[in-house]
Amino acid sequence: MGWMAWTLPTTLFFAGIAALLVAMTVWQTVSPGRERKGFLPLTTSRGDRLFIGLLASAYGHLLVLALTDWPLWIATAICVAAMAIIMKWG
Amino acid sequence: MRLRKSLVMLIYLLFVLVPIYWLVNMSFKSNREILGGLTLWPTAPTLDNYRVIFTEPTWYTSYLNSLSYVSMNMLISLLVALPAAYAFSRYRFLGDKHMFFWLLTNRMAPPAVFLLPFFQLYSAVGLFDTPIAVALAHCLFNVPLAVWILEGFMSSVPKEIDETAYIDGYTFPKFFIKIFLPMIRPGIGVTAFFCFMFSWVELLLARTLTSVDAKPIVAQMTRTVSASGIDWGVLAAAGVVALLPGIAVIYFVRNHVAKGFALGRV
Amino acid sequence: MKTYNNKAWWLVLPVFVLVAFSAIIPMMTVVNYSVQDIFDPSTRYFVGTEWYREILADPRLHDSLVRQFIYSFCVLAIEVPLGIIVALSMPRRGLGVPVSLILLSLPLLVPWNVVGTIWQIIGREDIGLYGWILNSLGLDYNYASNPRDAWITVLVMDVWHWTSLVALLCYSGLRSIPDVYYQAARIDRASHWAVFRFIQLPKLKNVLLIAVMLRFMDSFMIYTEPFVLTGGGPGTATTFLSQTLTQMALGQFDLGRASAFSLIYFLIILLVTWVFYTAMTHNDNKE
Repeated sequence: MGWMAWTLPTTLFFAGIAALLVAMTVWQTVSPGRERKGFLPLTTSRGDRLFIGLLASAYGHLLVLALTDWPLWIATAICVAAMAIIMKWG
Repeated sequence: MRLRKSLVMLIYLLFVLVPIYWLVNMSFKSNREILGGLTLWPTAPTLDNYRVIFTEPTWYTSYLNSLSYVSMNMLISLLVALPAAYAFSRYRFLGDKHMFFWLLTNRMAPPAVFLLPFFQLYSAVGLFDTPIAVALAHCLFNVPLAVWILEGFMSSVPKEIDETAYIDGYTFPKFFIKIFLPMIRPGIGVTAFFCFMFSWVELLLARTLTSVDAKPIVAQMTRTVSASGIDWGVLAAAGVVALLPGIAVIYFVRNHVAKGFALGRV
Repeated sequence: MKTYNNKAWWLVLPVFVLVAFSAIIPMMTVVNYSVQDIFDPSTRYFVGTEWYREILADPRLHDSLVRQFIYSFCVLAIEVPLGIIVALSMPRRGLGVPVSLILLSLPLLVPWNVVGTIWQIIGREDIGLYGWILNSLGLDYNYASNPRDAWITVLVMDVWHWTSLVALLCYSGLRSIPDVYYQAARIDRASHWAVFRFIQLPKLKNVLLIAVMLRFMDSFMIYTEPFVLTGGGPGTATTFLSQTLTQMALGQFDLGRASAFSLIYFLIILLVTWVFYTAMTHNDNKE
């Protein structure tokens, strides 16, 4: 595993993603969600919205890095909020 | 109308064939004739270029290396893709669409992105410079492609056939091997062809994951160019020889290949 | 209708494990490398998002990104209409069918570096047919020194290499149209254009979506052919994303920077693939 050059932040990042996937799976088995139409212009399931949220967050972080000098936690905060909105009403 | 159509087709085929003819043409010329000036056909045809390829070990072993990782890749891809494609074509399951999408992204991802970690990964597990490393690396895009094509072909087989077989007392493995696979034989052929093709033509990963022992023909060609000046004749001959397996394989699947390009879904 | 059965996961498991091995582990490694200044796995420093900031401000990335988009757009704009025309001109029956199928497939079977070699030769003004013809016509054509000529050559090479794919896709779409449709059109005295617009084009929609997706993606990751043909030159005129990345990763062994680049590259691919996939499944659902 040495060649993969793990660091604490990336470990936490991937652990977080893995935990999210597990949580989504459990949630779906316990109370299955249905596809529905929210403010996004297409019908989405929970998993779709999670993916859209994650992808949007990735682009959001890159945008902040490219255009501003803000510290990164601001971007993270905005993205978490956006994620919550997409999951709930998207 | 008929005439105009044939004319369009002929012109396009000419456009396709002229560059290939030029390659074949050059492979039969000596280097002196190639560099001496433009000739439309070999004035003094020679087989020397081909002799180099079939007698020099660096050339023919690289050819064999390519064939070995390509056939390994073909076998692995088909073996894992067949059951998965069946699952996608017959069942819905938790996360099926996301799984399919994830497979697709791997077909679409540029090999250049995976270059660096592949190099580190296969060095770490001690597979660097072996055909199996290239075969596994090519699975990255060939397995998703195989699943995609096979799923299309399998979806066109009516589901009633499965149900009848199960009622008749067939178990899943027996049904799958004895009844289902023979029914989608064209699909399997076409999938094998595509795995073969995309593994055979790929250069970047094949070159990065090998150095000496498992050097593929495509890498051998680029290295000869940089090492000893450009030996156009041998290069052209190697190109022709590298074209042959593809032509041989496509002959067998010619009737289904168009459907295969449409990933089985028309 | 498909039945819902989670046991199907057992059938998908081998694919999952195999692709995970060659996709997820490398992807994790790329993420790890991208936040560190790294020479080899034992000599490394955590630098956070520094590489991303640098890469995002790097003119090399901007330039090759712009070039890449223009290139992919040109490829689609030429190959899709041309492919449709060729498919419409395919013979419908007889010996012509297998012959033209095999001949059309030829360029697809040529190893990508050989494609580069072929065009490298045929474009030269001294020993190549096309270069020689162009120069005898009085055009000053030289793909090795003139950026415009290099661009055109790379583009023509791509058209030669891949239009057959679009044509074959469309051909198989056209073949699935029953003859009665054409007969009905003949009775109605429909024009050729009407036949194309109302019978053939709707049937082509699905395959065209696949064709556009495959051509966009594959032209977006093009590496081998221009690498052999022009080496990215003259200057950086034909250096596309994959080549910029490869230079960084293997040429300069700049691991951290190359990894950050890889991730940005991958994110673009991910977004585009998702758009196409959504459009495709959306189509399927409507039918």
